[in-house]
Amino acid sequence: MSSQDDSPQLYAAREPIFPRRVKGNFRTLKWWLMGVLLGIYYITPWIRWDRGPAMPDQAVLVDIANRRFFFFMIEIWPHEFYFVAGLLIMAGIGLFLFTSAFGRVWCGYACPQTVWTDLFILVERWIEGDRNARVRLHRQTWNGEKVRKYGTKWLVWLLIAVGTGGAWIFYFADAPTLLRDLFTLNAHPAAYITVGILTATTFFFGGFFREQICIYACPWPRIQAAMVDEDTLTVGYRDWRGEPRGKLKKGQLDPAQGDCIDCMACVNVCPMGIDIRDGQQMECITCGLCIDACDEVMDRIGKPRGLIDYLALSDEVRERQGAPAIPVWKHVFRPRTMVYTVLWAGIGIGLIVALFLRTDIDMSISPVRNPTYVVLSDGTIRNAYDIRLRNMSNEPRPFFLSVADAPSIRLTIEGEAGQLVTVPADEQASFRVYLTAPPGIEASRSASTPVRLWASVPGETARIYGETVFNGREQ
Amino acid sequence: MVDQEDKTPENKVTPASRQYPDPKRKLRQEVAKTGHSWDGIEEYDNPMPRWWLWTFYITIAWAVIYWLFYPAWPLVTRATQGILGYDSRAAVVSDIERFNTENQVWFDRLLATDVDAISDDPELQRFAVNAGGSVFRAQCSQCHGTGGAGVQASGFPNLLDDDWLWGGTMDDIHETVRYGIRNEDYPDARWSQMPAFGSDGLLDEGEIDQVVHYVLQMSNQGHDAELATAGEEVFLNNCASCHGESGEGDYFVGAPALNNQVWLYGGSFEAIRHSVYYSRFGVMPGFADRLRDAEIRAVAAYVHQLGGGE
Ligand code: SF4
Ligand code: SF4
Repeated sequence: MSSQDDSPQLYAAREPIFPRRVKGNFRTLKWWLMGVLLGIYYITPWIRWDRGPAMPDQAVLVDIANRRFFFFMIEIWPHEFYFVAGLLIMAGIGLFLFTSAFGRVWCGYACPQTVWTDLFILVERWIEGDRNARVRLHRQTWNGEKVRKYGTKWLVWLLIAVGTGGAWIFYFADAPTLLRDLFTLNAHPAAYITVGILTATTFFFGGFFREQICIYACPWPRIQAAMVDEDTLTVGYRDWRGEPRGKLKKGQLDPAQGDCIDCMACVNVCPMGIDIRDGQQMECITCGLCIDACDEVMDRIGKPRGLIDYLALSDEVRERQGAPAIPVWKHVFRPRTMVYTVLWAGIGIGLIVALFLRTDIDMSISPVRNPTYVVLSDGTIRNAYDIRLRNMSNEPRPFFLSVADAPSIRLTIEGEAGQLVTVPADEQASFRVYLTAPPGIEASRSASTPVRLWASVPGETARIYGETVFNGREQ
Repeated sequence: MVDQEDKTPENKVTPASRQYPDPKRKLRQEVAKTGHSWDGIEEYDNPMPRWWLWTFYITIAWAVIYWLFYPAWPLVTRATQGILGYDSRAAVVSDIERFNTENQVWFDRLLATDVDAISDDPELQRFAVNAGGSVFRAQCSQCHGTGGAGVQASGFPNLLDDDWLWGGTMDDIHETVRYGIRNEDYPDARWSQMPAFGSDGLLDEGEIDQVVHYVLQMSNQGHDAELATAGEEVFLNNCASCHGESGEGDYFVGAPALNNQVWLYGGSFEAIRHSVYYSRFGVMPGFADRLRDAEIRAVAAYVHQLGGGE
């Protein structure tokens, strides 16, 4: 190493980014989406839904203590978790679909990191002014103005962060009660800890970490790369149209130069701090803000829009050779996206069908294996089963238990006189059930015989069965 | 992916020749490479972000803080204690204490309830069964098995069936657990002894064979009809006083029923003959001094609901 400058730099500070304000179609779309998404996030827990007495009246509720998930008219029990798994798979495939069709739209428009960062930048701009003012403030030494403006900004960020962390916990408990408890300091410590952690992450990720989350921390961009191909829409710069770039001379475009007037508008608005004219880059979240910025400039100098545009890589090849770009819909409707759509819709239809077919009772049987059978004094063979019955309606119901197709096997229930048990509303209950077989019959003499147990609600059509085995004394 | 190099017409500017507006900004191409290449994929030697370095320092500082507050460095007899004085053993002890205090309410309720009325209170019954279950697994399972099935034909009674030696009501079971069986530690323990008809010379070999066949007949098993008929008289004279005229047994003296299918020491000719010849002497410890009264009640409730309770 000859000089200080040549020695490799092992650690690099983040270069602060001061995105400029921009107007345009994509910016408008982003404002709307931000409003809708934040609205959904903050308002959802406050929607009420009447489920009758003794049941929570919150439309969306993850009730961890009672192990229930409520979603409007749907109530999911732990044993039906496959619905949640199915929804998560659908969300995953939905992301695949959108990514292969439109590239990083999730990152550019819908990701919480993007939405909250956008919101934090908005606050920053309100308080400190637009890009130039913010750069100036950043460079200037600490004085009253800087302290006041930074202090206000951090305070507003903190309030948003507390609100964000606060809203999260309302999904897990009755929102009005929890809100009151939070303020009267009666809420569970876990609630305060959760709010604290989410406040800290929102504050730091939205205020200070910003694009670094996308570049260094988030796993999604790494996965995303596998879903992108030459038909995927990305944001690109038509360098064959823009180059050689050059400043306007006396307000005029030199006919020998390209359309890019090197005004840096696209760079100044970019929340990721990159220059899209360098080509597609890892950092680009395809938010479209540079398109808006450039279109505005093109309008002003009387050139066609689209110097920076949503482009597929295959378009680039075509356009360089003078052919027109393939229409967007042709990029979007291609076998890959159709396969994703079919998969997505298939799982969705399956889930809906399963949702309508499910009964509101359920039974699980676990045979007692210690010991496998008991010989009673009259020589009959008895097996025991732990049976769990679930009553998924909001009133207590009787369950009648019986054995199918084996009239000589008797069913009795520990602690009950008959074959009828009652399960309280919206609960599950366990019972020790005995099957007793007389010594002569096949079941009591063979190692294991399949049996089917039925549980039905008298006077209703609800009926469900479970398969298990009867163990006899092998001879 | 599209290889741009090939498709770029010659007259177009290549990225390397571009004028970059900010001279401080480094072009990607200028960043040194590590020199590694896998299938033509090369690696830039970009500097680490500074926050990453800070995070690394913070983890080191955290470790030092942790040493100060928690047990950390092993010394000769024990580790350094840390300012907080945390001790996992003490934590367990205090946990146990806490559970005991919480359970005390229930144990008090168990003690205040009549033994045979426990099951009338579903909440109390549930507590008793759970508490009794854990007592059972710790104290009783060595002989009676974790599932309560005993050890077949070896003298460890099965508690799941409907056959009892000393009675299967809550009160009976409670009493048995308290004082045990043939247990000299407690004068109140249940006590009885069957004579050893063979080894003490009370019956001759022939009479013993006869009575064994009679018992086999009584329990519906394969037997010699002639010997069994002859054995009836032997039975009535020697055995019926305890086991009953038809072999129904007697809880009062702990005499097992002989006319059914449950055999504590086995129901074969050899096993029954051994019992008659040498007698048996099953014992069980009493738990009055080992367990608290409430625990004894709990374990009785547990055993009672295993399937055989009377
Ligand atoms: S890279 Fe990750 S954090 Fe950034 S916008 Fe995309 S999904 Fe969100
Ligand atoms: S380059 Fe353009 S599309 Fe990409 S992140 Fe920056 S502003 Fe958004």
